[in-house]
Amino acid sequence: MIGEARFGMRQPADIAQEELEKAAEAAHRLGAKLYVNMNKLFRNHELEALPAYLRAVKAAQVDAVVFGDPAVLLNAREHAPDVPLFWNAEMTGTNSSSASYWGRRGASRAVIARELNEEEIVDLKAKAAMEVQVQVHGMTNIYHSHRNLLESYMQHLGREATLIRKGPDRGLYLVEAERPDEKFPVYEDENGTHVMSPDDICLLEALPELIRAGVDSFYIEPLLKSDEYNETVLRSYREALDRWHRDPEGYAFDEEALENIRRLQSPDRELGFGFLYKEQVY
Amino acid sequence: MNHVAARVKPRYAGKRTRLDKPELLAPAGSLEKLKFAVHYGADAVYIGGQKYGLRSNADNFSFEEMREGVAFAAQYGAKVFVATNIYAHQEDLDGVADYLRQLESVGIAAIIAADPAIVETAQKVAPKLEVHLSTQQSTMNWQAVQFWKEEGLPRVVLARETTMDEIAEMKTRVDIELEVFVHGAMCSSVSGRCVLSNHFTDRDSNRGGCCQSCRWKYDLHADEQSVMEPGENLFTMGSKDLCMIRHVPDLIDAGVDSFKIEGRMKSIHYVASVVNAYRQAIDAYMADPERYELRQEWVDEIGKAANRPLNTGFFYSTPGAEEHIYEPEEKPAPYDFAAVVTDYDEASGIATVQQRSPFRPGMEVEFFGPGGRQFVQRLGEFTDEEGNPLTVARHPLQKIRVKTDRPVAPLDIMRKRL
Repeated sequence: MIGEARFGMRQPADIAQEELEKAAEAAHRLGAKLYVNMNKLFRNHELEALPAYLRAVKAAQVDAVVFGDPAVLLNAREHAPDVPLFWNAEMTGTNSSSASYWGRRGASRAVIARELNEEEIVDLKAKAAMEVQVQVHGMTNIYHSHRNLLESYMQHLGREATLIRKGPDRGLYLVEAERPDEKFPVYEDENGTHVMSPDDICLLEALPELIRAGVDSFYIEPLLKSDEYNETVLRSYREALDRWHRDPEGYAFDEEALENIRRLQSPDRELGFGFLYKEQVY
Repeated sequence: MNHVAARVKPRYAGKRTRLDKPELLAPAGSLEKLKFAVHYGADAVYIGGQKYGLRSNADNFSFEEMREGVAFAAQYGAKVFVATNIYAHQEDLDGVADYLRQLESVGIAAIIAADPAIVETAQKVAPKLEVHLSTQQSTMNWQAVQFWKEEGLPRVVLARETTMDEIAEMKTRVDIELEVFVHGAMCSSVSGRCVLSNHFTDRDSNRGGCCQSCRWKYDLHADEQSVMEPGENLFTMGSKDLCMIRHVPDLIDAGVDSFKIEGRMKSIHYVASVVNAYRQAIDAYMADPERYELRQEWVDEIGKAANRPLNTGFFYSTPGAEEHIYEPEEKPAPYDFAAVVTDYDEASGIATVQQRSPFRPGMEVEFFGPGGRQFVQRLGEFTDEEGNPLTVARHPLQKIRVKTDRPVAPLDIMRKRL
């Protein structure tokens, strides 16, 4: 999945509109699909750019557009018909009925909230007549604001705002008083302020359960990780999925693969199952 | 011809002429609060039921209480809405159809929903129930508004990030009712796009479990070190509260159809004071826009009930350093609810009031009622209902007989300075 901050949130880097075609070609040459992230919530003045971008996406023969804002849906129907649409409303994609709702309006895939547990994922996939994508690895966004909270804080302290360089991976963390061991990555960009989870999801061990549930796509979040880390993670999941497909009966979890990830895992960040085995209250 | 509308200055390009008065929509965390909100001038109130709302800690309404609330509101020509604004998980959806049918049958005018699963179910099973799209959907552009109109929704509650100019543009481009938060506490995140509570406490913020982690204090680290120096304030995401009392004409000119006040958890005193102020401002502007002037009493009225510093959110610019609360703690509101008037005897000038917090003879209190009626009263000797003199009104809900310098009316509020 690629994109740029004008249309999609939290891309590790911007890939410009002019490069979409080259990127799609490169992916297709390797037998891979290329999706474009347009999951931002748009403002009136940002709508103007949607038609041209969607036409470029279509011309580049990109395999799908990821959206959260209904404005993208309306524009895609007109300017990129036939390009598959994936619905991703982040924290708010929580049940099969809402997934199906967007399915009936053109989405072929639902990207579901990271805050669902396994039972809910299984149930959602069983009931939604569309593809389901689950994040299996990496950090998750847990707070998004259109405010420039870091810049505001620097102003409050009377400091130069230069400390807060825009964009991800600036080494900024929040630490809550009662949780000194948890570091929450935080950054600002043109879309506002993003706070990220203090630990990384790692569902490598749970892959067979998710495959059996019928999950169609396993997403690895590369944000704020080194290339070496991302390559290792990707290889581990690739290898596990391939082994499963070759021989589901004989499949066994490869502890070594997890160890390889652990070796590169930042000591500040725990690897865990996210919300997969959790019960939440409210 | 409507003279009012003709004289409204077109402050915003392309704005439509206002023929109708916008609705003032107030929160009601309980049946009693509903009565005060309506009595003090709300055109509609929104409440929470036992399920599907985002205030799981609130004193939510049973169907029986809803029925009573609807009947009370009807006497004033006011409507009752129910917030069903969670993002449901699968387990929550069992029973949602029955619940919505029940809301329809007890006379609820509209639900406020975010989850398309609830929107769609309501449209299917409870056609008389209007569906208003919740701010939790974070609708902030006119095409998204257009989308929801095409989906059959008569009203969208806009994201709190929407600016005044953007609202005016939406109103010009799409013929739909726009509801806008004008007063109260705000998520500093894009609504719905925050799961801090889920991570900190395993409480689901999008199902009413929010523990306001955005208002906690954080140390900001850069390159492994705190950026803070000794004596400086910690980082927080906590926003000042929204207050648009000074900008009512702009909101009306921009085409806002419903002025929404936040605060289902707030006190009776808060709801009555805030509704009272906005009611007067809206009425004054609609009655005579050219000669409209902001009155200091309205601003003061709000100040008496506010417990956080106030600001204008995103309406005129993106909030910056001045719009967040870094200082150590919130102050309590300067005034507190002391009693409510239940009866007044004109002949003797004696009011019967019901105690809500202690007061004594000799204390200076303020009586106020709808429409900005208010006066300061030095309390003389007072008695209980049997006429026994009291040195202090100590007991909650105790009826007290007290002489007032000016006439008062049932549901007038007596407040005291803290």
